[in-house]
Amino acid sequence: MPQVIAGDGSKIWMLRDRKAQFIRWGAWLVGTLIFLWCWQRISAATEWFFVWDAPRIAADIGGRAMPPRWSYMDKLWEPLWDTLNIATLGTFFALIMAVPVAFLAARNTTPSALFIRPLALLIIVSTRSINSLIWALLLVAIIGPGVFAGMVAIAIRSIGFCAKLLYEAIEEIDLKQVEAITATGASRWQVMAYGIVPQIMPAFAGIAVFRWDINIRESTVLGLVGAGGIGLQLKGSLDTLAWPQVTLILIVIFGTVILSEWVSAKVRGAVI
Amino acid sequence: MSATLDARIGQQWRKPPLIQRPWLRWVLLIGGVVYFILAMASMEVNWSRVYEGLDRGWQFVLAFTNPDFTSRATDIREGLIESAIMAIAATVVGIALSIPIALGAARNIAPLPVYLFCRGIVALSRALNEIIIAILLVAIFGFGPLAGFMTLAFASIGFMSKLLAEDIEDLDRSQAEAVRATGARWFQWINYGVQPQVMPRLIGLSMYRLDINFRESAVLGLVGAGGIGATLNTAFDRYEFDTAAAILLIIIAVVMMLEYLSGIIRGRMQ
Repeated sequence: MPQVIAGDGSKIWMLRDRKAQFIRWGAWLVGTLIFLWCWQRISAATEWFFVWDAPRIAADIGGRAMPPRWSYMDKLWEPLWDTLNIATLGTFFALIMAVPVAFLAARNTTPSALFIRPLALLIIVSTRSINSLIWALLLVAIIGPGVFAGMVAIAIRSIGFCAKLLYEAIEEIDLKQVEAITATGASRWQVMAYGIVPQIMPAFAGIAVFRWDINIRESTVLGLVGAGGIGLQLKGSLDTLAWPQVTLILIVIFGTVILSEWVSAKVRGAVI
Repeated sequence: MSATLDARIGQQWRKPPLIQRPWLRWVLLIGGVVYFILAMASMEVNWSRVYEGLDRGWQFVLAFTNPDFTSRATDIREGLIESAIMAIAATVVGIALSIPIALGAARNIAPLPVYLFCRGIVALSRALNEIIIAILLVAIFGFGPLAGFMTLAFASIGFMSKLLAEDIEDLDRSQAEAVRATGARWFQWINYGVQPQVMPRLIGLSMYRLDINFRESAVLGLVGAGGIGATLNTAFDRYEFDTAAAILLIIIAVVMMLEYLSGIIRGRMQ
């Protein structure tokens, strides 16, 4: 620890006093113990023979997975289109639902801060904290497997995310503009349309594209639980141990994700 | 100025459009509508199946009003503990690994070859979905929490390194320069010039990542990588909606608590 000691050995300056130092050591000790305990639990639940064997298995799978089976690409275009649709339509419907929720949740536009705002916040939190794969699992059980279930899962999952970012944008608007519109004698809806909406429009476009990018990523795996898209082919290939097809699908997913990230970065750059 | 003003007088005011160029606006609008119709047309919806399912969906909603915490209490507790363990261990290891990678991925600290290598790791870790990594790791390391732990640690690296590297690139150069001017070695320079500036951000990000890791650990069980997801999957497969509702409520509660805690800690740090 940094300290300055005088010629006769007495301390002149120290970064922290004794108490702060002890608290820090205590915190580090507790943190380390927690981590060691976690590691010990993981280790106890692990079959270490498989882990020592892992390099051989990985090399074996790698050997089988190369080269990718390019001819399988013919069968991937349709699932890829489905994946794109799941992500795009899911984002679209999520935004339609997120806008009213955001207006109800923002402190300056909510009709009632006591009753309606907590309800809107509850919708935001509960849709946000559950992963889209779990929503998909649930929706496949309810409305049957297919693209539709995937789209609804993505839409529900995105409501919370979009509404949260949007209501934060609404709370940060410039009140002077709203006041100016109100001063012209505008009604509540006119104030919204001319005072609030133009201010949050750039944030809205940014959020939409950002979420679309995330949704492309998420929709590639929804097929694993039967909710359509390219994940369905991935599951099929994995279950039949067709590793060359798995490699090709992973390459396609990787490319799609990079492409969507590029598009989203471009659009956000143009908007903001 | 006054000429344009004169020309405008007497004309009705119109709201300026979001996209200034008219042709771009119309192309985007028409393209969007055409795509929407095509996409909706290619989506096959079996409405009778949906109608049948609505009844089951309603039962699930009802299950939320009457969640069953007790009959599978042991399974739920075991799953939760395993999820928490995976999340904590993965966050710690993820942070430890992401700090050197973040230093390497910051352009103002690392030389170009190191920069490109570290950015490559970040891109790879971010592009692959957790679930896909988990599938591969389960295939290699076998079922259990180890695969989940490694998945989360790998995903944490991409997330933490990217955001931390951006923060390092934004740091105040004069402070770092002052430390260097005292004759500090490279490691001292990082420790006294760079580290104090990015520490609040690092702690905030760590809390946020812990929260994300817990959330993600809930789905890793679906592919056999341990955690509460396995319990949840079993509950769904057996149509035990009341148990599933209980698990989902617990996940929501824990995530809310973590989010609240991390909010407090981040507020104190900044």
